[in-house]
Order: sequence, then structure tokens, then C-alpha cells
Amino acid sequence: MRMNMRTLSAAVFAATLFIAAAGCKKKVAAAPPPPPAPKVEAPPPPPPKPQPPRIDTFVAEPASIERGQSSTLRWAVANATNMTIDQGVGAVQANGTRQVNPGNSTTYTLTASGAGGTDTRSVTVTVNAPPPPPPPKPQPPKVTISSAEVLSREAQDVYFDYDMSDLRADAVRAATANAELLKRIFAQDSGFTVLIEGNCDERGSAEYNLGLGDRRATSLKDFYVMQGLPAERIKTISYGKEKPVCTDANEACYQKNRHDHMAPGQ
Amino acid sequence: MKTRNITVLLITAVLGIVFAVSLAGQADIGGRISKDRELPVIAVADMHGTGAAEQYMDVFNKTLWDELAYSGQIRLAPKTSYPLQLPQQASDFKPPVMFSDWTRPPVSANYLAFGYTGVQDDQIVLFGNFYNVGQPTVQSAQVLANRYYGMLNNDGARKVAREFAADILRQLGIATLSGTRIYFVSDRSGSKEIWAMDYDGSNQKQLTRYGAITGQPAVSADGKLFAFMTYAGGNPQIRVHTTDTSRRQTFVNPVSSTVATPEFTPDGKNVLFAATIDGWTQLMMAGIDGSGMRRISNVRAIEVSPRVNPKTGNDLLFISGRSGHQQLWRMNLDGTDREMLTSGVGDVANPSWSPDGHHIAFCWTRGYEPGNFNIFVMDIADKVPVQLTTNSGRNENPWWAPDGVHLVFSSMRGRVTQLYSMLADGTNVRQLTTQGNNLQPVWAKGIE
Repeated sequence: MRMNMRTLSAAVFAATLFIAAAGCKKKVAAAPPPPPAPKVEAPPPPPPKPQPPRIDTFVAEPASIERGQSSTLRWAVANATNMTIDQGVGAVQANGTRQVNPGNSTTYTLTASGAGGTDTRSVTVTVNAPPPPPPPKPQPPKVTISSAEVLSREAQDVYFDYDMSDLRADAVRAATANAELLKRIFAQDSGFTVLIEGNCDERGSAEYNLGLGDRRATSLKDFYVMQGLPAERIKTISYGKEKPVCTDANEACYQKNRHDHMAPGQ
Repeated sequence: MKTRNITVLLITAVLGIVFAVSLAGQADIGGRISKDRELPVIAVADMHGTGAAEQYMDVFNKTLWDELAYSGQIRLAPKTSYPLQLPQQASDFKPPVMFSDWTRPPVSANYLAFGYTGVQDDQIVLFGNFYNVGQPTVQSAQVLANRYYGMLNNDGARKVAREFAADILRQLGIATLSGTRIYFVSDRSGSKEIWAMDYDGSNQKQLTRYGAITGQPAVSADGKLFAFMTYAGGNPQIRVHTTDTSRRQTFVNPVSSTVATPEFTPDGKNVLFAATIDGWTQLMMAGIDGSGMRRISNVRAIEVSPRVNPKTGNDLLFISGRSGHQQLWRMNLDGTDREMLTSGVGDVANPSWSPDGHHIAFCWTRGYEPGNFNIFVMDIADKVPVQLTTNSGRNENPWWAPDGVHLVFSSMRGRVTQLYSMLADGTNVRQLTTQGNNLQPVWAKGIE
């Protein structure tokens, strides 16, 4: 490009000298003519080529924004007659800036066109979405958990005499309180069922104790039903002597193991 | 009738020691003790092996002695009384002495086992002889002269010793336990599961893997099926598996909070069990797949552990709380003729029939605090209980062996429960298990 400029200037200068020399010839006749200057033919100038448009700069500042912030596009173009930026920005001047507020990451393309052709350049404004909110915690089956918690906090174990399954006075008191508790829980939580686990101390045989634990669970269930609780929401299981809460060989421990325990049903 | 008399005599003889020691004051029992009880006396000459066989002969000699002693129905002449020169083959007996070294005191034997081992084709071979030394000649004395082969190691030495012992016992008309299996419950894997082992405690194998409380095994008479109770499905239910591969079979449980204590009828067509119906655990009978269930007891009491008479198939023992605490009862399979076999004191559990249906074993707390069970046996004809164990701990789950003279039972010594076998007179106690807790044994014939 630089070379082209220099060649052009030299040609113009040579042409000017030639015209001046021709004009002087007529006016200065007396003086012996100087030796003819060597004939210098100026080479014909090359046809002027139109310069292709040139995008010198096209940037976004900053190139990365948070959603809701803005970015500035800045550009500089040469040799172009039409400059447009897409994404709704439209025609622009050769040099300029424009503030943009893209909602999502957007690529802007600057197209510069003129007699010499077209130049394009693209710049991307990256929009960082804020981190997504944590997924909503799975809704715990609120009612069941709280009913189960209430049961485990408030229900009392019901204790029995050796090889017996009828409710003693203390057992009736505990069972009565439990029945009130169950009425409350059942009323609040229509899906709730209770499992009565019958247990025995280690002294009877394993086989008979399965039946005895069953009797103990059944006798508490019968009591609850008599108190007006729905039988279909009360399940029973006997663990015999398979699940002792205490393993010492003394009456205090045996008594702890001769009990009905209440757990949430399935 | 003849078989029965012989068996009664045998059992009476075996029980003699206990009668004599613990019940000498009871005239009616004392009168039944045979004063001239004669068990065959056997001398067992220590054997040697040629070449590489010799290194396994300590194991061989001990195994042979133990196997014979374990039968409980012979007397072994102590080895210290034997002649210095022990015979190894028939030609070692020379006239005029012949067998008199063995028949006269101090040995006083009726029979002599002798022989030697050698190596043949990289196997141990036993040349085993069993002579009736009451006979005058080698030819007439010879009862057994057999060869037995095994691997050339301690296991092979044990094998040939066991086979020789089994042959000797068979020759004397004594039922061998060889090939019988004991099914039991062990918690050694982390939860109670069903296991099985050979009669002497060897070859212990886990059969179920439910990872839930599983127990109360029963085995069909043909040895092909076992039934048990498990919590694997939530409430206790019965399942039936094959004994060979432990494959689950179809068994439909009734709708009930407790289904437990299964038992096969001797013909293998039905299963008895306890199930809770109308609030009480009662006795049921159903097809082998649980179909066609019917109730065979109908009382307001807990009834469990049905055990059908293996001889008649018509009556059963069971445990009932009808009189108050759990007691031993008997009735017909149709529910008629109920009778209580124990006195009503204490707690009774775990009834088991002898194979001939004439004797029963059970555990009872009579004379002890609740929970301190001991093993008892009873002749079903006179219903007199005979106490076999006197531990202050728990002795439970007695089960008759197929030979009719052994029992296997569980005993809690310290806080650990293990299985033991003994003769039906309480002697010859032998520990069978050591790992974890082991209980509820069932002694069954091998798979036929």
C-alpha cells in the first residue's frame, strides 16, 4: 500500500514537469535551445484500484458480563461505505461504540462493505447466567415423619408379667395414654398405621415365646380397639425373645424385655 | 412286636446308668434295670503302616477308637491291658495260644479289631480284620477281612477308619450314624440362618442366606426338603427349601401375624405348623405347598411345636399353654384324645420322638428356676420322665438321632450356646460346634 502511494506521487510529479516544459518552449525562442532533454515517457499510471474495506477493530468491552449488565461494542473501519452490526444494532459509523444489553450470550457480527469488497468480524458477548437456585428439597412426607416422631417420643412401652399377656394396672394406664395419643395421630394423619411389637424375656422357649409375644401384641391391640381405635390401622408382630432390649440375666432386665413396643407401620 | 421288645430292651439298657444314679429310690424304675447288661467288649489293636502310610496312623487309630466309642453300644477294652505283641494279619495267630491272650482277663474281649495299612497306587489301603475271639479257629473267628482305600493323608486315614468302624458296628447289628446330617441354626454369619453338618460336627455348611432371623428347621423323612421359619418377609413365615441345593419351593402361608414351628408328616405329604388365628397361636395342617390348611387345635391357649409320631403318623406331641405354663401334650392328628404328659410344673419345650416312636425327649425347667431347662427323656408307655442333664445353664432342643440311642442338644455354657451329642442316658457328651451360637438341631437321615 505504501509503495503504491509513492509510485503514484512520482508519476504526478513527472507529468507536471512535462507540461511545464512544453509551455516554456514557445516563450523562450532567442536562446539557443538546450539540448533536448532526453525524452522521458511517464509510464501510464495503473488504474486506481478501489481499496477493500478494512475492519481495524471490533471488540466488546467487557466480553463477559452477568445477565442484566451491559457491554460496549467498539469498532474502527476503513475504506468502507456501509457498516452494519447485526443483532438489531443496525447501520453504524466507521468508528464508534454502542452499548448492548444481551439477555443471553450473543455473537455480534460487524459487516463493512464498500467498492473494494466486504470485511466481517464477529465478537461474542458472553452472558453468565447466575448459578441456578438449589433444587427444592424433596418434600419429606411431613405428616408420617412427624407422626412417627410423636409416636416414638410419647408412646409408652407396655409391660407384662412372666408368661402372661393380660394388661396389669400399670399396663392399662400406659395403654390408655397410648390410645389417646393414637387417636390424635390417626385424626391428623389419615395414612398412618401403627405396629405393635410383642416381646418376651429370654427364659421361655423360643417357639412358645413367638406365640406369647403374639398374644401380648394382640391383647394391646384388643384394648385399643375397645377404646375406639380402628383395628385395620393397628398391625402386630411377635419377636418372641429374638430382639431383647437388655441381655442381663436378672429380673430387672427380664421385665424390660417383657413388653409391647409401638412403631410406625409400613 | 419282636422289634419293639428288642428296642425297648436296648433303650432300657442305655438308660440304666441314669436310672441307677438318679432314680435308685424309685422301685418301679429300679425293677426294670437289667442287672446282667452285657455290651460286647471289643479290643482294638493299634495299627501301623508301611512306608509313607505310617505317618497317618496316629490319626487313624484315634479315629477308629472314637468312632467305635461314639456308638455307645459296645465296650472298648482299655489298650493298656493288651498283649505286647499285637497281631497284624491272620498268620500272626499261632496255636496253642490262639485268642486266649484276648479272651482272658485283663482284656476279656469278645471281639478284636486289628490289621495294618500300606500304600498302593498313591493311596492308603487298610487291611482291616474283625474277629470273634470266642471262636476256636481263625476261619471261624473271622467276621470281617476287608480292604479300605483313601487318599494318602490325614483325611484319607480318617475316611478308612470311619468306614471300618461302620462295618464293625453293622456286623454287631448296631445302627451307624455314618451319613446322617444334623440341620441347625447358627448366627455365625451375622444373622440366624439354617446350617447343616455331618453327624460328628464335620463338614459344616450354610444353607440359607436371608439376612433375617431364621430358625426352627424341620427335615422331611426322605431327607430331601427342609422347612423353617424366617422373618425375611416381615412377620415370621414358613419357607421350604431343598436340602441338596437349598432351592426355595412353593409354600403358601396363611394370612397370620405368626406362622412358625414347621414339621413334616412321616409320609412327606403334609406340613404341620403353628399359626395365629383369632388371636391365638394354634396348630395347623396343610399340604406340602401350604394348600388346604385346616386347624387341628382350637383352644384359647398358645400351642406350638407339633411333632408327629414317626412310626404311626397318627398322633403328635406339641407344647400347649392350656394348663397355664407351657407343657408337653399329645393328641391324635384329628385333635382327639388330648393328654398332658408332664406334671404342669415349670415350662416344657422342644419335644422330639425316637425313631421307633416309643420314647420322647424334651426340655423342662422342673426343679430349676424359669429358663433353666434340662434334657429329659420319657418312655411314652409309662410316661416317667428321666432327667439327663443337670447343668444350671440352659440345655434345650433335644433331638433323637436316627440310630435311636443318641441325642443332639444345645447347651448354653457361659453366654454362648453350642451343640452337643450324647447317648440317651446322658453319657458320652461330645461338643459338635464352636463358632458363634448354634441351636435348634434336627438329626436327619442322609439324602436317599
